[in-house]
Amino acid sequence: MKNKLRVGIIGTGNIGTDLLIKIQRSKYIECSIFTGRNLASPGMSKAASMGIRLSDQGIDAVVSEPELCDIVFDATSARSHLIHAPILKKLGKFVIDMTPAKVGVLCVPAVNLEEAVNAQNVNMITCGGQASTPIAYAISQAHPEIEYIETISTISSRSAGPGTRINIDEYIDATEKGLRIFSGAKETKAMLNLNPATPAIDMQTTVMAEIKNPDLKRITIEVEKMLREIQKYVPGYQMVVPPTLDNNRMQITVRVQGLGDYLPKFAGNLDIINCAAIEVAEHFAQKVQWELGDE
Amino acid sequence: MSSSNILLYDTTLRDGSHAIRHQLTKEQIVRYARLADSAGVSVVEVGHGIGLGASSLQIGKSLLSDEKMLCAARENLKNALLGVHAVPGYATVGKDLAKAIDCGVDVIRVAAQCTEADTTEQHISYVRGKGRRVYGGLMMSHMISPEMLVQEALKMESYGAEGVTILDSAGTFLPDDVTERIGLLTNALKVPVGFHGHNNLGMAIANSLAAVEAGAHIIDGSICGFGGGAGNSSIELLTAVFAKHGINTGVDLYKMLDAADVAEEIFSVLPKITSLSIVSGLSGVVSVFSKPVARAAELYNVDPRDIFIELGRQGAVAGQEDLIVEVAQALAGRE
Repeated sequence: MKNKLRVGIIGTGNIGTDLLIKIQRSKYIECSIFTGRNLASPGMSKAASMGIRLSDQGIDAVVSEPELCDIVFDATSARSHLIHAPILKKLGKFVIDMTPAKVGVLCVPAVNLEEAVNAQNVNMITCGGQASTPIAYAISQAHPEIEYIETISTISSRSAGPGTRINIDEYIDATEKGLRIFSGAKETKAMLNLNPATPAIDMQTTVMAEIKNPDLKRITIEVEKMLREIQKYVPGYQMVVPPTLDNNRMQITVRVQGLGDYLPKFAGNLDIINCAAIEVAEHFAQKVQWELGDE
Repeated sequence: MSSSNILLYDTTLRDGSHAIRHQLTKEQIVRYARLADSAGVSVVEVGHGIGLGASSLQIGKSLLSDEKMLCAARENLKNALLGVHAVPGYATVGKDLAKAIDCGVDVIRVAAQCTEADTTEQHISYVRGKGRRVYGGLMMSHMISPEMLVQEALKMESYGAEGVTILDSAGTFLPDDVTERIGLLTNALKVPVGFHGHNNLGMAIANSLAAVEAGAHIIDGSICGFGGGAGNSSIELLTAVFAKHGINTGVDLYKMLDAADVAEEIFSVLPKITSLSIVSGLSGVVSVFSKPVARAAELYNVDPRDIFIELGRQGAVAGQEDLIVEVAQALAGRE
C-alpha cells in the first residue's frame, strides 16, 4: 500500500503506548501524533525515542490541527471519552474508543468487524470483553436459548495501569453490556480479579453458563471456530479449559499471552484489546483505500 | 493507642457463607443476628462470602439476594452495626453499594487484594459521601512485604477509610508475622488498624492477640470459627482470651458462649482444621478454596493436596475458582 492512513493516539498510558508500538509494524496505518498531558510520562519518553510527534495538549492537539490524522484512538478514560466523543464526531474522525465509555458500536473483530468499520465511533469494550464476548457468542450459536451468562477475568496487578483501576466499575458495566449484545442472554455478569503474584500471571478469562442438556460437541465446534478467528489477530489467545461441565454449569477458560511489546508477555489483557483495535483500524484503512481506488 | 477498647467485628454471616456454599438462609441470619446483637458485638457483617455482587456460577450463587440477606439482618439488630463486604471488581457503586445503603447498612468494608488499594478509591469515597462508616480491607496480606502493605493501607486511608483491616485470607501467618505488620501499620496510619484471621495453622486466636498487642483495634471473628476453609478466629474464644488478658471488648462472654452452644444447630456444619486446610495454609492459598478444591479433586480423581500446592505455586487468590478446574484437569492429564 502506498499511502498509510494517519492515526492519532490520545492518552499515553500503557494502552496508548502499546498501540503506538504495534502501529509501527502496520502496513496500513501510521501514527502522526501521540498526545497526552505529561511530556515526562514513560509513554511519552518511549514515543520520543521512536521519533514520534508529541503533544501535551491532549485532544486539543487534534482540534487545532484536524488534518493531522484520519483515525483517533482514545486511550484516556471513560469519563474523558464522553467529552471527547462529540468533538471528534464534529471533526469527522473515525474513532476507536479504548475506554469502557460505550459511546459507539461495541466491537469484537472476530464477530462484527464489518459493522464496526461502517460506524463513526467504535468501542472496544474492555480487555475481558475482548476475551469473553466472542466465546459467549460462540456458545449462543449452539444454544441461543441461554438466559444467563457470566465471565470472570484475572489479570496481573502489574498489567493494570491507573486508568484500569479507576475505571473498574465502568469495566464491569461495559463487559456486561458486551456479553448481553453478543450472546443475546437476558442477564449477564462480569467480574475482575487483580492478582498480586510474583512472577506475574498471564491474563485468564473464563466464561460460565448454566445450560440444561448442553450439546458439548456443537459448543466445542463453535468455540474452536471462534478461537481460530481470534488467533488471526491475537496470536497468544489459547483455550486452556475446553467446554467442561459440572452439573449444569459449563466452563470455558482461555489464557491470553501478550506479544510483549510495551509490557511483558503476561499482560495479555493489554494485548488483546490493542490487537483488536489495530484490526479495526487496519480494516478501516483498507476500506478507505479501496473506496479511493488506491489498490 | 491503648489496647483497652477492641471492636469485635462478627463475620459469621459473611465468611460463614463459604462454609455452606453460599446457601445462608433467612432463618440462620435472623437467629444468629439476634444472638450476636444481644451479646454486644460491634458489627455484624452479612452477605455472600465475597461480598456484594459476588453471587455467581464462578464463586457460587447465593440462596438469597444481597438485599434479602441485608434486610433480614437489619430488622434484627438493635445495637450492633450492620456491615457488608464489598470488593471492587465484583461490587459496583451504582449497582451494589447504592442498594446496600438503601437496605440500611451502617458499615461497608471495601476490600481488595493486598496490592490493589487503588481500585477502592471510588467505592470508599462514595460510602464516605453517603455518611456511612467505611473501612478498607487488604486481602491475602501475606503476598507482599510488610512495607508495601503499609503503602497500600495509606492509600485507603487517603481515600477516606476510617480503619484498615489486613486479612490473613490463607491462614498462613504466625504471630510474629502479625506483630511485624500490625506494628508498622499502627505507626504509619492515623486510623485504627484491624486483623482478620483464618485458622488453617491453628494460629487464628494467637495471631489476633498478637495483633491487639501490636496496636490493632478491630478484630474479626466468627462464631465457632464459622467461615471459609479451616474457619475464622472463633469469636467466643476471642471474647474469652481478650477478657483474660484484660482487654475490653464490650461483649458479654456468657451470651457469646450461649451463641457458640447453638451454632452447630443453626448452621449444621462447623469448620475444623483438616489435613487439607493445613496444606492450604502452608501453601498460602486462600482458605475459601477448600470446598471447590474438594469438588474438583472428586471430579477428576486427583489428590486435593496436589491441587492446593499447584494453586499456591501460581499465587491464586479468591475469585480464581476457575483456575481450580484447570489445575485439576492438568493434574489428571499428567497421571
